[in-house]
Amino acid sequence: MPFIPHTEEEVSEMLAAIGVSDIETLFDEIPENLKCGELVSVPPALSEMEIGQLMNGRASEDSRPVCFIGAGAYDHHVPAAVWQIATRGEFYSAYTPYQAEASQGTLQLLYEFQSMMTALTAMDVSSASLYDGASALAEAVLMAVRANRKSKSKRVLMPRTLNPTYRRVVDNIVRNQKIELVELPFDEKSGTTDMAALEAYAGEDVTALVIPQPNFFGVLEDVDAMTDWAKANKALSIGVVNPIAQSVLQPAGEWGGDGADICCGEGQPLGAPLSSGGPYFGFLCCKQALVRQMPGRIIGRTLDLDGKEGFALTLQAREQHIRRSKATSNICTNQGLMVTAATIHMALMGSEGLERVAAASHKNTVNLVEKLSAIEGVELVFDNPYFHEVVVRLPAPVKDVLQSLADRNVLGGFDLSRDYPELGDAILVCATEKRTGEEIDNFVQELERIIGL
Amino acid sequence: MLIFEQSKAGRRATAQAPLSKADISDIPEQFRRKQAAALPEVSEMQAVRHYTRLSQKNFSIDTHFYPLGSCTMKHNPRGSNELAMLPGFLSRHPEAPDDHSQGFLACMHDLQEILKEVAGMKEVSLSPAAGAQGEFAGVAMIKAYHDARGDTERNEILVPDAAHGTNPASAVMCGYKVREIPTGDDGDVDLEALREVVGPQTAGIMLTNPSTLGVFDRKIEAIAALVHEAGGLLYYDGANLNAILGKVRPGDMGFDVIHMNLHKTFSTPHGGGGPGAGPVGVSERLVPYLPVPMVAKDGDAFRWVFEEDCPDTIGRLSAFAGNAGILLRAYIYARMIGREGMARIAEYSTLNANYMNKLLQEAGFEAAYPDRRATHEFIITLRKQAKELGVNTMDFAKRLLDYGFHAPTTYFPLLVPECLLIEPTETEDKASLDGFIEAMKQIQQEAETDAEKVKGAPYTLPVRRLDDVRAARELDLRWTPAENA
Repeated sequence: MPFIPHTEEEVSEMLAAIGVSDIETLFDEIPENLKCGELVSVPPALSEMEIGQLMNGRASEDSRPVCFIGAGAYDHHVPAAVWQIATRGEFYSAYTPYQAEASQGTLQLLYEFQSMMTALTAMDVSSASLYDGASALAEAVLMAVRANRKSKSKRVLMPRTLNPTYRRVVDNIVRNQKIELVELPFDEKSGTTDMAALEAYAGEDVTALVIPQPNFFGVLEDVDAMTDWAKANKALSIGVVNPIAQSVLQPAGEWGGDGADICCGEGQPLGAPLSSGGPYFGFLCCKQALVRQMPGRIIGRTLDLDGKEGFALTLQAREQHIRRSKATSNICTNQGLMVTAATIHMALMGSEGLERVAAASHKNTVNLVEKLSAIEGVELVFDNPYFHEVVVRLPAPVKDVLQSLADRNVLGGFDLSRDYPELGDAILVCATEKRTGEEIDNFVQELERIIGL
Repeated sequence: MLIFEQSKAGRRATAQAPLSKADISDIPEQFRRKQAAALPEVSEMQAVRHYTRLSQKNFSIDTHFYPLGSCTMKHNPRGSNELAMLPGFLSRHPEAPDDHSQGFLACMHDLQEILKEVAGMKEVSLSPAAGAQGEFAGVAMIKAYHDARGDTERNEILVPDAAHGTNPASAVMCGYKVREIPTGDDGDVDLEALREVVGPQTAGIMLTNPSTLGVFDRKIEAIAALVHEAGGLLYYDGANLNAILGKVRPGDMGFDVIHMNLHKTFSTPHGGGGPGAGPVGVSERLVPYLPVPMVAKDGDAFRWVFEEDCPDTIGRLSAFAGNAGILLRAYIYARMIGREGMARIAEYSTLNANYMNKLLQEAGFEAAYPDRRATHEFIITLRKQAKELGVNTMDFAKRLLDYGFHAPTTYFPLLVPECLLIEPTETEDKASLDGFIEAMKQIQQEAETDAEKVKGAPYTLPVRRLDDVRAARELDLRWTPAENA
């Protein structure tokens, strides 16, 4: 029996101890008419070898194209040690550290993670993770609504330059809590949030302003001005940042005069493989004053009976298993193993390593942009500085071009036509540090050929 | 020692990052960082040794019996991990086109079909990232269903007092008021109390069956009829699905929506607190509202289904398709268990729980529900020990750690005083169970002869009992460079 160790003899002994004749008797409190028969749609069991053959076949069916798509998930190198350590059974097969004394490994690691994330973002406090970047932003919005007690409007301004999927996820999650999400348009030349449109809300009751850096177009926003605007208008500022970019860009805690109040984002670039979109992890940081409004697990350092340092879950009175309907969030299980990987990743990379990844990704993207722009009819859409993603307009229908590229095993970019029809035949392209000069040249040549057809 | 305390300026793991540093001075200075982030500077060996040593400070399924009730801490097959981490799966970008994703999509489609069958539901969406997000999705669908019918006066979700804390928290996130339903003395929902509160304001009820009390609610059909007659829907919290897999299906019990914790029943890793996966299954009437994306099959080809195909969907709950890598592990596990193995999971987890329940009672421990069959888990109450010996449940739990057992869930569910919720799972052999029972007997003896010894436990772990009050009052949530000065 797969994964069941009982011998027939043991089963007999156990049944005798219980005082029943067979296992089926143990189900005698379930009404007989409800019991199901064989689960015919479940296929018969496979051995490990057989499922291995099936999965190897399926994995190799997906031909591993060269990836120039970012759009929220980035193809970075992950050091070998990261997953070799993260998949050690002691991390892999433990659960939430409810018994602190028997979970000091996970607890200390999470404390180190919180320390690393606050160092990277220059914020005061970090939680121990949320599901992903999009749901972290939803939690950040709910947190801001709870924390900004002076505001009655529950109105949150969200730039159109924010990842459109994030905007949808936030809407889906906060929809039933009477929160008004207002979209801010962008300047069509710079690709940044239209400050005049923001200024129109000056003096009004605004609960929070979301500030993406870089924004979905890869473009750098004037985060200082936006953060200061939020403060001047008694709104909380919520930064949405890329953690790799934070190593070279001004960290959220230093934006404007006083820093962002809350900062969140997608942790995937820190050691999580692309893996079809998950598991990744969301991170959430804030100023000290907001810590009690944080959702999810938080780890604190404390002392044991002998005065020795140790680590424990803390501020649990915020959480669902204590506060139930009055908790700051319903989140329970989060993304512990991904955070384990991210912590090892950051320890291995250090600030210098992350900066090198960020700089190489930026430089590769600059290189790609120069070569793409040299193709007749292809143009860079925005003129503001960017990080490692850019919007490029094509002189041909996007869907056909991307399909032709994919046929040549190149994922040529993210199609923007669904979310931003106003940009015409535009794609979002990204070249991380993993893209070689040859891959970039090949992409450019293929695109030139396809457009020229 | 923290990794930060091993840091030395100028040291790092050089081979793991690009060998040169590209110039980024084309990014204007106003956007650039002035001072490097204070991350640790260590060699690869230092990092490997540090985190390997940290791992050794954990109890885990791979190292210890871990009978944490309600969490289904069963063996995580290594094959599931290895195969989910094949390069073809790890390198797939979530926005890759369908024709470059057929292998992955086939797995997701197969898993949807398997989960539909085990839940007895019409359709399944795999996208929720954990049980609590599945709960949110389920309640949001109930809301969308009532709203679509113009039935907008329903503002209440009923939740038994034994429910997981996530249930009321999820209902509130969907804008509902929560009304608690008491449990009868026999452990089943108090049907009379339910009858009194169910009505036109009832949007639905969230139930775990078997409940967190470790018993199967025998009146489930009456509950379903009562709530349905009032126009409400039934939500099934799949936390305890392990107990009934292949025996009875939530859909057949009358539930309209279920979430399944794949990190429990389908043995994906708990990872020190996630990632989980909480797919939702629904009956016919909730199909239009399922969260996207889902996977459809047209002929021999698989494709993603998005908002455009499902105009009434409650939408996406994460940026991409949920915890895909966890879903792959669950799929691999389900294929190794197979049709004939599903019911065995329920059978042997139930056998183990009933065996332990019986032997612990024979050893003098008080069962919370001695007249009921245990399901895959059961409750012991130590109220007598607390009252007569001054040794409470937490003391027993901490002492168990010294005996090499992870403690069961303590003080949950809230309505049984001084309780231990014990879930052995089907993957433990008789010797493990006997060892745990023996440890409980010895701790009982210690409690009777040397209570202080038990109250001071643990003694053999990296730290002794921690000061939680200090942790919450004198918040120390991160290392700061100043300590190094």
